Amino acid sequence: MSLALIAALPFLGALLPGLLIRAGRNACATVTGAVTALALLGILLHAPAVMRGEVITAQIEWLPALGLNANFFLDGLGMLFAGLILGIGLLIILYARFYLSTKDPMGQFYTYLLLFQGAMVGIVLSDNILLLLVFWELTSLSSFLLIGYWKHLPEGRQGARMALTVTGAGGLAMIGGMLILGNIVGSYDLTVILQNKDLIQASDWYFPALILILLGAFTKSAQFPFHFWLPHAMAAPTPVSAYLHSATMVKAGLFLMARMWPVLAGTPEWFYIVATTGLITMVMAAKIALFKDDLKALLAFSTVSHLGLITMLLGFGTAEAATVAVFHIINHATFKAALFMSAGIVDHETHTRDIKRLGGLRHLMPITFTIVCVAALSMAGIPPLNGFLSKELMLEETVHTVWLGNHWVMPVLATIGAMFSVAYSFRLIAHTFLGPVRDDYPSKPHDPGFGMWAAPALLAAMVIAIGVMPMTTVGELVRTTASAVIGGEAEVYISHWHGFVPALWMSIIAVGAGLVLLGAHKPLEAMWLSTPRPEAKAIFDAIMEPFANAARAVTDRLHDGALARYLAVATLTILAAGYFAYETGTHTPGTRALTPIEPVPAIGWLLLMGATGSLFTYHRNRLLALVLVGVIGLMVSVGFVYLSAPDLALTQISVEVATVMLLLLALNFLPKDSPVESTAGRRGRDGFIAAAAGLGIGALIYALMTRDFAFPTIAEYHLANSKPGGGGTNVVNVILVDFRGYDTFGEITVLGIAGLVIYALVEALLRGGPANDRLLAWVPDQKRAGDRHPLMLVVATRMILPIALMVGVYIFLRGHNEPGGGFIAGLVVAIATIMQYMASGFGWAAARQRIDYHALIGWGVTIAGLCGVGSWFAARPFMTTNYGYFKLPFLEKFELATAAIFDLGVFLTVVGAVMLALASISRIAIRAGETVNVEPFDIQPDEEAATEGAR
Amino acid sequence: MELLVASAVGMMTACGVYLILRKRSFPVIVGLAMLSYAVNVFIFASGRVAIGLPPIITDGAAYTDPLTQALVLTAIVISFGMTALIVMMALGAFLETGDDHIGMEEREAPPLPAKPQEGAE
Repeated sequence: MSLALIAALPFLGALLPGLLIRAGRNACATVTGAVTALALLGILLHAPAVMRGEVITAQIEWLPALGLNANFFLDGLGMLFAGLILGIGLLIILYARFYLSTKDPMGQFYTYLLLFQGAMVGIVLSDNILLLLVFWELTSLSSFLLIGYWKHLPEGRQGARMALTVTGAGGLAMIGGMLILGNIVGSYDLTVILQNKDLIQASDWYFPALILILLGAFTKSAQFPFHFWLPHAMAAPTPVSAYLHSATMVKAGLFLMARMWPVLAGTPEWFYIVATTGLITMVMAAKIALFKDDLKALLAFSTVSHLGLITMLLGFGTAEAATVAVFHIINHATFKAALFMSAGIVDHETHTRDIKRLGGLRHLMPITFTIVCVAALSMAGIPPLNGFLSKELMLEETVHTVWLGNHWVMPVLATIGAMFSVAYSFRLIAHTFLGPVRDDYPSKPHDPGFGMWAAPALLAAMVIAIGVMPMTTVGELVRTTASAVIGGEAEVYISHWHGFVPALWMSIIAVGAGLVLLGAHKPLEAMWLSTPRPEAKAIFDAIMEPFANAARAVTDRLHDGALARYLAVATLTILAAGYFAYETGTHTPGTRALTPIEPVPAIGWLLLMGATGSLFTYHRNRLLALVLVGVIGLMVSVGFVYLSAPDLALTQISVEVATVMLLLLALNFLPKDSPVESTAGRRGRDGFIAAAAGLGIGALIYALMTRDFAFPTIAEYHLANSKPGGGGTNVVNVILVDFRGYDTFGEITVLGIAGLVIYALVEALLRGGPANDRLLAWVPDQKRAGDRHPLMLVVATRMILPIALMVGVYIFLRGHNEPGGGFIAGLVVAIATIMQYMASGFGWAAARQRIDYHALIGWGVTIAGLCGVGSWFAARPFMTTNYGYFKLPFLEKFELATAAIFDLGVFLTVVGAVMLALASISRIAIRAGETVNVEPFDIQPDEEAATEGAR
Repeated sequence: MELLVASAVGMMTACGVYLILRKRSFPVIVGLAMLSYAVNVFIFASGRVAIGLPPIITDGAAYTDPLTQALVLTAIVISFGMTALIVMMALGAFLETGDDHIGMEEREAPPLPAKPQEGAE
């Protein structure tokens, strides 16, 4: 399976859960799992080759001019992470299926989860650092959605915001660092960058790049002093915490450090920054974890501590330490995910995560107790579990590490960190599960169903398996991964017994001292609580507050809801820009010969100018304003005819009819007059702005028209190729359905969407609420016509209908060669149909014309799209058209073009959208008490009686 | 002829701008319709005006610019869709609140949403 496909799979799959949730929660979870399993399978198929040391690649050019290509590669490191992301992802999907309650929108959850998964897989497979950055930011965004999944909880929203702020800011820094790195090497491809260690480390820009990239990695992996967001992100549902904060997102920072290790590591800067940060984080977070009463908070700080441990190992810069780091990444993912899920189980069953309210669960939840025991003992580093193996190897590495010439600092602090780790791990077991059974649990605890404990149990089994047989189970994987990290052959030797080495004594000290600490937990906790300590959230909020206030002040000032003011400001700005361009540019007088003015067009111009001028004065009378708009539209159409644009004229005049009808129908429910509200000063100001805009635009188009084209226009190409290339003599139509068919495709889609939005708006209005009440209590503000459906109009429109439809077909068919085409034909047919509605009434017409307008829109867009796709089968690019001439007996030679199919799509969409818009307004009228007539002629001589009868 | 087209475009623009600066929804809709006329004619005229030269291929004739016509043709239809949409929005807003002002500051008894509890978080 191509790597690009593997990276794309979760994104494509993200569409499915949201749709399949309608088929039930099991279907939703199953499809999510299937997508993940498929991607995992793709990785596993590559595994044998990667284990042999091969590197799998896949390349797609995206924006080659920017150096941004969708290049993917899979080596040991990528494979380990992709495996963790997808493998643990599968377990989380299973667990979440049973964890989420029926009230939680599960479709959303799985969609977010797959988006996140895709972003993570993208990070670990990217071979292009720009692409990696794109995925990196995507993880920040998708994790924001996941952390804030319980939107009703303020902690969830705040935690999500904090996580996004911190990791997003780090991501911005990293973009800078990556760009510098790419600049040094001259390529944005990771495989190239990783070959250029000397070039990078010799560069003056090495240090800035290092700092910026580390900022990104440290924020993501919650390293001191950016660790504070992780505990607040625990407001997320537990499956999210287990996924993001054990196996994946927080490991992205580690992944990045491991990925960049060959070129960035090994310098004193790297050692002192990375190793020291890791060490501080490890010890500090472990200490805090001991005093946390919330199960998830304890696990969160312990995660921070373990991330610090791995960071420190990567910071040492030696091949051995990097190998241990890889091993611990695997171990931590197994035991920590199991612990998070178990914490979720405890929370789910007892309705509390407060250790102080728990205890004695050993007898009530034996299965959960067993899982927690295994995982927590591994976390504490008790033999023979896997946590013991990596912790001892870690302690061993610290012994060989000299910090500022001091041999003692590293091992001593690491032992202290391990000691706290032992203490909080045992506290987790002892204070939650041991001790007497209590009778005041918020809910009666018992073990959950198999579906919920299956995932953590599997992980606990892995903890034991890796612990007992490290070399058999993961030895090869660690070797392959570590080789990829260090860019050479890694040596892996994991065993339980190394002899009486310092690490053994350190381990023993840590366990002993940890147990002592736990024994003295009560007095220590009292001491902890009485010492003041910085509250990260308060500091964060204090920093963010001025920013938020400033942003709010700017927004409130700019966006205060006064539309007229925005428009005035925008118009004046455009005018100023235009004036500036005019003042600073150079001009020569126009040389193009003017077209003479004939008397008849001059009369049309007079009508247009008169109507427009009257609109200024009489716009308050809305009906009159509409009449004037009709006059203007008519004159514009006539102008198009005169100025060699028959297609435009046909379109304009039919659109004009539809628009005026629509506005008339709407006006029925709107006030009929606009009162004078503005002051004379404001009207003067508006008049000035309007005059300036009119003068500017008029002068601009005059200047344009009196000059020749500065460059040869592409119109020549269209004119020359219309007949030979597109098979049509009406160049405008050929451009629409052929040369710029894709453009038209987009436009009919927009038109269809507009129609559907109108329908949705009306649907929302009529569903209930003030608008619906107002309509039900509607009293017409004008007298009704007694003869709603005049005989003459009814007869005339019915006579005209077949003719109008015939004209529509004719206009459609001739469109390719003569003025006409799908747009115009669609409008003509729509208007002919609307005329039936107007003349004979909505109910009568709707009963005889049972076409679903939604379906028309859908079919229209689909047909146009399929017509474009069809050209693929002829091995031509999307929307290539073809045509040919055919001869049938008794008929003249005629032409068939695939463009006609496309035009049919245009036609259907236009009919559907126009009809849907007008039919929607009719629904409002019906709700307002307009009677639906069954008979075509329902003359109501007595208006009062009829109105009452209708209600 | 150029002068007539240019002055008509200018006049329609001025009228449209004046109307979109009004305070009620209906004049603003009419103003937008006027602006669409102006913009459509503007784009059309940027292909230069010609009389009696429609872009229908015949033997050895001269033609006007077909490209701007094609652009304007779809623009006309799209602006119908957009007009229909804003008409419905205006109608909906009026029916919901009984007020057809478009500026937030002028609406009678604005339906204030519940103040978000950001400060209390």
